[in-house]
Parts: sequence; structure tokens; C-alpha cells
Amino acid sequence: MAEDLPFEKPITELRTKIAELKAFTAEKEIDLSGEIEKLESRLEQLEEDIYGNMGPWDRVQIARHNSRPTTLDYIERLFTDFLELHGDRLYGDDEAIVGGIAKYKDRPVTVIGHQRGKGTKENLRRNFGMPHPEGYRKALRLMKQAEKFNRPIINFIDTKGAYPGISAEERGQSEAIARNLIEMAGLTVPVVCIVIGEGGSGGALALGVGDKILMLENSTYSVISPEGAAALLWKDAGQAKRAAETMKITAPDLKELELIDGIIPEVRGGAHRDVEQQAKAIDEALSQALDELSEISRDTIVEKRFEKFNRIGPYDYVNGTNAGN
Amino acid sequence: MLRDLFSKKKKYATIPSEEAKQEVPEGLMTKCPECKSIMYTKELKKNLSVCDSCGFHHRLTAHDRMETLFDSGTFTEFDQNIIATDPLEFPSYKEKSEKDREKTGLNEAIVTGKGEIDGYPAVAGVMDARFRMGSMGSVVGEKIARAIERAIDEDLPFILFAASGGARMQEGVFSLMQMAKTSTALHKLRDRGGLFISVMTHPTTGGVSASFASLGDINLAEPKALIGFAGRRIIEQTIRQELPEDFQTAEFLLKHGQLDRVVERKNLRSTLKTILSIHAPVSDRKSDEQEQEEQQQEKEKNAVRETEEQEVQ
Ligand SMILES: [Zn+2]
Repeated sequence: MAEDLPFEKPITELRTKIAELKAFTAEKEIDLSGEIEKLESRLEQLEEDIYGNMGPWDRVQIARHNSRPTTLDYIERLFTDFLELHGDRLYGDDEAIVGGIAKYKDRPVTVIGHQRGKGTKENLRRNFGMPHPEGYRKALRLMKQAEKFNRPIINFIDTKGAYPGISAEERGQSEAIARNLIEMAGLTVPVVCIVIGEGGSGGALALGVGDKILMLENSTYSVISPEGAAALLWKDAGQAKRAAETMKITAPDLKELELIDGIIPEVRGGAHRDVEQQAKAIDEALSQALDELSEISRDTIVEKRFEKFNRIGPYDYVNGTNAGN
Repeated sequence: MLRDLFSKKKKYATIPSEEAKQEVPEGLMTKCPECKSIMYTKELKKNLSVCDSCGFHHRLTAHDRMETLFDSGTFTEFDQNIIATDPLEFPSYKEKSEKDREKTGLNEAIVTGKGEIDGYPAVAGVMDARFRMGSMGSVVGEKIARAIERAIDEDLPFILFAASGGARMQEGVFSLMQMAKTSTALHKLRDRGGLFISVMTHPTTGGVSASFASLGDINLAEPKALIGFAGRRIIEQTIRQELPEDFQTAEFLLKHGQLDRVVERKNLRSTLKTILSIHAPVSDRKSDEQEQEEQQQEKEKNAVRETEEQEVQ
């Protein structure tokens, strides 16, 4: 059983109680099935109440869950013949981003994503999914390759952010991210971006200039982490919960603001509770997104992508006047 | 015409850092935050707001930058009246924006427009770090995108002076997406063969550094400008080691191959002019002879102006 989160405590307690009763029944050969049934229906109700009313901070906890499925978990289940390709040809191979070629329902695709590790050892190797410039440059190399061979690109977004370190700055973290933004703007193949965990700022967006931007129900996308925002706003990183509620970083909030194209429903309690089931939900959304995009010609897809991003961002005019000049 | 406009506005470029403000008569004198020497504000301005003693480049307001950059009377502003909304209903965002509008006389953290540099026309954007730390929200993104569109439509080069702490937190993901919005606009400009010159001034960090500011055909920076993706404190917290003295300065970036040139403010106009002249369409290009003639005329004009000024004094 995956590690439970604080807000799930009432559910966990009730589950434990039911399990105990069942064990007791088996051991003592007493029939408590009526009692158990009652508790089970109460559990059902409780789950609905809690999981059906999750606040932003609860979703942040799920998005960051240790056992939350990663890019490779989904690649393994959604694609066939995945062949990982390494390196940016300039400096090195950044394992905080994985990418390669594969087939999706018999169609060739390029698939890329941030990759967190499972456990300390792998996390160190993958730098906790926080890329250096070479990670973004590898991703770009693979995206240009996809364009050359006319295959769609699927990007999984799952990072706290681009790595803040000396060597990252020396090698041009800013330039690497910026380069991806402008080059992705010009890709003549469909790009589908799926936020599966945390979408942390520019480091997430560097894989995010797509034609369809989808988010798992409990994933987040933000310009700054709730902790960072709390530190700036109230000089107290401990107020992260409050910041998360203020900042509109959850999938439902971002859908309402029309900043993303769709929400992929999650398994009750979060994707980590059933990765097979979750992969199926992603499969459905991805297949639909690719179908829709396949109707757009190579000539117009760039213009459409430009329009999509050019629309983003509300503004007003002073005293209702019109723009001068 | 533009000069008239300026004269009505208060000149905030003269107000130095908080601490200096207390020690130096406001407006009249300005203390250099780098070497602590004190200059007459008027003299400092004449010197393009560069410290006489140590060469420190004081921040310029957007309008002062425009004034030092463009041939006088050639600048026309675009989209002056676009203002931010408060899409997230973020605590105190509206009030803070309003305060900055009053304080700076600007409607947002960027001024865009069109002008001429030594007769070469260009579309330009100049950020102003006094307005919400120059942060990029939806209005900054929109104004940049529109300016780029103008550059495309009128077949003009685009020059952007960055001065920004990054994306604007108070507009959340709307701000983040301005990185993509400005970059897709720049892609369109690139596609049409347009020239983009990025000039990074102090500071150029975060989401601005990681989008349009790094995407110039030619990337310039002013001396000692802070330029980088991640904040110094965040890096120190992450790696738990002290950072080199020159870390994330323009000179550091130049050394690491991230910039084409570091250009002193006094040479910026002539550097830009050279770049513009090399990229100008053949029909608009001036011959060397013409250039010399114009320079001579300019010198004479300046001489006359100086004599007049002396007479007035
Ligand atoms: Zn000085």
C-alpha cells in the first residue's frame, strides 16, 4: 500500500478497522458481515467526501507523492518499441530528462519527459528530475529529429523546475530553456504535452509549447512553487498551503482559466494507487488529442500554435480607451 | 515633441537606493551604490547615468533609455494605454500595480514604440525595473508580442532592453505563458527574416532571461548587469556553497559564451547603429561618405548647442 497522506487519515483508519474486523471474523468464525457491510458503505461515502473535495494543497501532496508514477512508468505502458536515445551532442547526457523513439498504436512517435528517480540512488542520478541545460538540449535535438521524420511528439512534464546550480548557469540554463520555447514554436509536427506531476515554472515550460496541453487531475503547473511564493508574500515558507490556494495551480483551476486544454481524470486517491488504470486514462486522452491534431496540416500547425499562445493573457485599457497608434 | 513629454514627468532615475536616499539630498545629488561617490544628478544624467569614478551603470528609466537611444523627436510610443487585470484576484496586486503606476508615471513595466537610431528606424521595447520589479505579466507579454508584430508588418528590426526580475508571480501561469507567447512571436519574426537585438541590462533574470532576452540574433549586455536564470540565494541554498564574486554578471556570461558582447552605455548607441546599418536593406544603407558627412554635421550641431548652453549659464 502506498504511503498515505495526512488528509487521507480518516480513510486509512476506517480501512484498517474493516481489515481487522475481517481478520477477526475469519479467526473466530463469527459472522460480522452486516457490520462489515455497513463500514464498507461508510468507507465509500468517506472516500467520496474526501477525494471529491480535495483542496489545492491536497493535490500538491498527491502530485509530489513518492510513489507517483513517472514518465517511464507511462512510457512502458502506453508505447511499444520504446528506444531511449541519449545525449545532447554538445556536453553530456542529462538523466533528468528521458527521450526516445517509439510506437503508439503502431504509429511512430517521439516521446520525451522529465524523469524523477525512485529512491535516493536513482534520484541522485536523475537530479530529482531537475534538468541542466544539456537535458533541454537533448530534448530539443529529439524534437527536431521528430520533425525531420514527421512524427508527433509527446512530452511528459514532471519537474520541480530547472536545476538552480553553478554549472547550469555556466552552460546557459536560460538560453537552453529559451531556445526550446522558440524552436518548439516552429515545429511542423503535432506536439502533445501532458503534465503528470509537478509543472515547475520555466523548467516545465521548456517541454510545454505544445498544441494540446493536458494535465492529470492532481498535477500542478505554476510559475513559482507554493513554498517560494509564501516566502515572497508572507516571508514564511510554512504558509505554502495558503499560497497554493491563492495561486491557481491545479488542473481544475487552470482549465477554468482556459490555460490548458484538458484534464485527464485520475484514479480515486491519486495515480499512484493504480498505475495501470491511470495509464489507460492517459491513453484515451492522448489518442483523442493525436487524432484531433492529425487533421491539421503541416503548413498550418505552426500558425495555429502561434495563435494559441498569442491569445494567452488578459489585459485592459485605461479608461476604456483604445490602443493608440 | 517627446522631450516636451519628458519635461512634464518627474525624473525618478535620479532617486538612488533606499539607503542612499537618506544621506543625500533627494534629486540634487546621487550616490553611487557601487563606489559610494556622490555626483550631481544633472552631471550623472549627462553622463548617461554612468558613475564617473567607477563606471557603475545606474538603472535607467524606460523613458530615459529611449531618450538616450533614439534620435531626438523620432520616437513614437505604441500601446501606452494597456493595463493589467487581476486574473487570479491575487492579494494586493491591484493596489500595488496602482501604486507603481503613480510612482513611475507608466502603465506597465515596459514601454514599446518606434524610433530612429542615427537615421536607422527600429521597433523597440524598453523594460522599466521600477514597475513591479520589471516583472513580466500579461501586459508586458502582450506589448512585446504586438511590437514584434509591428516589426514584422513594417519590416523593421526589433530591439529589446530587458530589465526584469522574471515572470510576475501575481498573474501565476498567465505570466509563465508569456514566456511562450513572446518566444512564439519571436519565432514568427525570425521566420520572416527579421533582426532581433537583445540588450540585457541590470537585472535580467528568471523567466525573462529564459525567454526573449536570450533569443537575440545578437545578444548584448551592459557591464556588470546581473543576468541569470535562478536567483543567487536559491542557488546558494541548493548547493550549500558560496558563489564566485562575478557569478551571473554580464562578464561571467561573456566568458561562458552566453553573450556576443558587453557594451558600455556610452558605446551602446554606436554599436546598435553599426548592427542596424549592417542589416539595413541595401536601399536604406548609407555609404561611408554619407556617414562621415552626417557625423561632421552632428559634431557641428553639438558644438553650437554647447556654446548656447554656456551662454545661458
Ligand atoms: Zn561609482
